Amino acid sequence: MGLISSTHSISRYYIDGKFEGSAAEEVRNNLIAYSIPKLESEYDEISAGWTPFESPYNPDFDKFSIQFGTYFLFSLRVDKKSIPIRLIQKYMAIEIEKKIEKSGRNFISKNEKTEIKEMVIDLLMHKIPAVPSIYEILWNYEEQNLYLFTTQKAANELFETLFFKSFKLKAVRLFPYTLVETKSGFSNSHKDRILSLTPLKYTR
Amino acid sequence: MLDIAAAYNKYKFLGNDFLTWIWFSIETQKDFSALLASKDVIIFEIGNSIVLENKLGDKSKEKITIKGDEAGLEEGTTALKKGAWVTQINLNCKINEDEYKFTIKGESFNITGLKTPKTDLSKNGDEIEGLIIEKAFSCFRIFEVIDTLFLKYLEQRVSDDWNHKGLQDIKNWIGSF
Repeated sequence: MGLISSTHSISRYYIDGKFEGSAAEEVRNNLIAYSIPKLESEYDEISAGWTPFESPYNPDFDKFSIQFGTYFLFSLRVDKKSIPIRLIQKYMAIEIEKKIEKSGRNFISKNEKTEIKEMVIDLLMHKIPAVPSIYEILWNYEEQNLYLFTTQKAANELFETLFFKSFKLKAVRLFPYTLVETKSGFSNSHKDRILSLTPLKYTR
Repeated sequence: MLDIAAAYNKYKFLGNDFLTWIWFSIETQKDFSALLASKDVIIFEIGNSIVLENKLGDKSKEKITIKGDEAGLEEGTTALKKGAWVTQINLNCKINEDEYKFTIKGESFNITGLKTPKTDLSKNGDEIEGLIIEKAFSCFRIFEVIDTLFLKYLEQRVSDDWNHKGLQDIKNWIGSF
């Protein structure tokens, strides 16, 4: 588990807005509504959803807590199917041979090859299991701070999309510009001065 | 607010300039507790890596990476002299008795390899909640220090005496190599 492992990689967010009702209830209900399905879909290449921190493979929010002190802690699980290219090549070679034998020709057209490839990918996609990745989320609701325990771009993008879909709150990535805008407390004229700065030149 | 992707690219230099300033502040033994107006004793040290970038004449860039626990920083200071800037740095930060180690990237402020102060990693029943709260507190604490330091740096950057004091001090430091 990332949060209690010895080293961490973290990208940070400012959560723009708050719930009108009880935060604990809203968070819990929306985590349940967008939790990862218990049964893996054999058709989806990628599926993403929330799971409890202590139970990443069983998304049971009735059994496991999401509140630890003043923080919400849960995980984003991303299940992804990826077919090794050599497996596609192997099954394509088998299918092409079958097609040639059946047709009586000694070649197949480009279109036929494309059709075979699509059919092979479709077939393998159904058979191959998805590989899960778990990314933990630590949310200080009152301070409007959220930490995602990864710096992988694809995971960040999936998180941002799912978070907005689930909670109707925008997660704004914190980097130099957004820190000034959301956390500085600077006046508008002060911000304007900062945003008109240019890169420093240190050489004489 | 500006479009996020455009703002990220336009202002990533603020983060890179900030990291260069941290390096300068460490080397010139600035008092971080005073800078942060903190009652805690806060000490920063350069860790085991620095990455710098320099624009070459055309559109290409030069990247200088210095790695190793006992690595000398001469190539880095030479690169600074040639006009390079820091894009990533590994830092050790001590807040009173608590030690943090991490690598921070200037453009994104992403943190990798963060080691927080040691906690008892037993996972027995109720202890896990205490462990999580302690870990969470450590993570939020180090980011609070980094954010406050960044905002203090920006205050200096837009102050009236930046050009003949702040910037000049950095130039003098770079010129001293």
